[in-house]
Amino acid sequence: MLRVSHLSCSRGNKPLFADVSFELQAGQVLHLEGDNGVGKTSLLRIVCGLSPADAGEVCWHGQTIQQNASQFRASLFYLGHGLSLKEELSALENLISDAAVSGRALSEPQALVALARMGLRGREHLPLRVMSQGQKRRTALARLLASQAPFWVLDEPFVALDAKAVDGLRSLLGEHVAHGGMVLLTSHQPVALTVASGASVQVQTYRLRGVA
Amino acid sequence: MSGGAFMAVLRRDLLLAMRRKSEVLTAVFFFVVVAALFPLGIGPELNTLRLVAPGVLWVGALLSSMLALQRLFEADYRDGTLEQMALSPTPMPLLISAKLLAHWLVSGVPLVLLAPVLGLQFDLSADALMTLTLGLLLGTPVLSLVGGIGAALTLGVRGGGVLLSLLVLPLFIPVLVFGAGAVEAQASGLGAEAHLSILMAMLLPAAFFSPLACAAALRIALE
Repeated sequence: MLRVSHLSCSRGNKPLFADVSFELQAGQVLHLEGDNGVGKTSLLRIVCGLSPADAGEVCWHGQTIQQNASQFRASLFYLGHGLSLKEELSALENLISDAAVSGRALSEPQALVALARMGLRGREHLPLRVMSQGQKRRTALARLLASQAPFWVLDEPFVALDAKAVDGLRSLLGEHVAHGGMVLLTSHQPVALTVASGASVQVQTYRLRGVA
Repeated sequence: MSGGAFMAVLRRDLLLAMRRKSEVLTAVFFFVVVAALFPLGIGPELNTLRLVAPGVLWVGALLSSMLALQRLFEADYRDGTLEQMALSPTPMPLLISAKLLAHWLVSGVPLVLLAPVLGLQFDLSADALMTLTLGLLLGTPVLSLVGGIGAALTLGVRGGGVLLSLLVLPLFIPVLVFGAGAVEAQASGLGAEAHLSILMAMLLPAAFFSPLACAAALRIALE
């Protein structure tokens, strides 16, 4: 489980947020809300360990993520603004090489199944530069299906997706949580998750406020 | 598991180089043009040509490897691939060493292979050509490794290209001196072993420390 305690962060001399604390248990979703520029992305990057915090700490299973780095990274899936996709490679090549970098062997049939489920059947071998923005995002989200990490950190996962893809992503997140996964995400739309049985998943929200 | 990630980065970078042929070919073509223009400019005086050959070929190789250096981490930084590498359970220096190896295979190895052919224009003897190629084989990886540190340090800096040259060119000078010196020593009958040994002595610590330094610099750039 993840515990974030008393985090604060500043950009240059300007403080962004201070004293942010929350907890996330297995099987929970936390929706991070906040106005533009309040520091949502900065907070996610601190939680992942990409940026240092001014004060406070992030703990994973009782140890700070710096002490516990390799175990934490093996359990983490991060999707930021950069999708880490290569324009010259096909969706399939992107997916397979990306999985290997994250330390998982992904076979070609598995990758094809993941892409098909994201609605990219028949486009697996197209280079990404001929794809639309939404299709690129779908390719990036197919990595979620290929991931076995329990803790997902998603920065604006619903951006540029059509209604059908949004529904697909919702049920994907719902399934992940139902299997004991954890999700931390930012979004400007309300997030409602459903699982296959029709039951709704409770989404906690945390409102990030800037320092006045 | 770590080996798989290393191979995946290497394979991806080589595949990308194959698909972005123009970038690779620009650097190689630059080297060919520089080396081909000098004999035309200097004239057909064979003694002069033999004398300037090692220096010209080495400076050409050095500048040509500078061309590709700036783009070493640029694309990965912009599209978020570096973030994923930093968050990978595989140690980042290992992944960076795969990138550096790919960079050398793409930008260094063609120069090593072309050098003996281009050396013929300067009327170099077979022994001198052999020494030149060996020297480049040991020296060009040092250029990639040391240049990688510079590329990582200047990542995301405005006007990074100029800064990169200022930072890295002074560090390339020992490689240039001993690389070109090897051919001259061979020609003068002293033998090139000492020069080549010194190049090797530069390569080994660079191969060990450069990925560590690059990874540290890249983590700072990502913050």
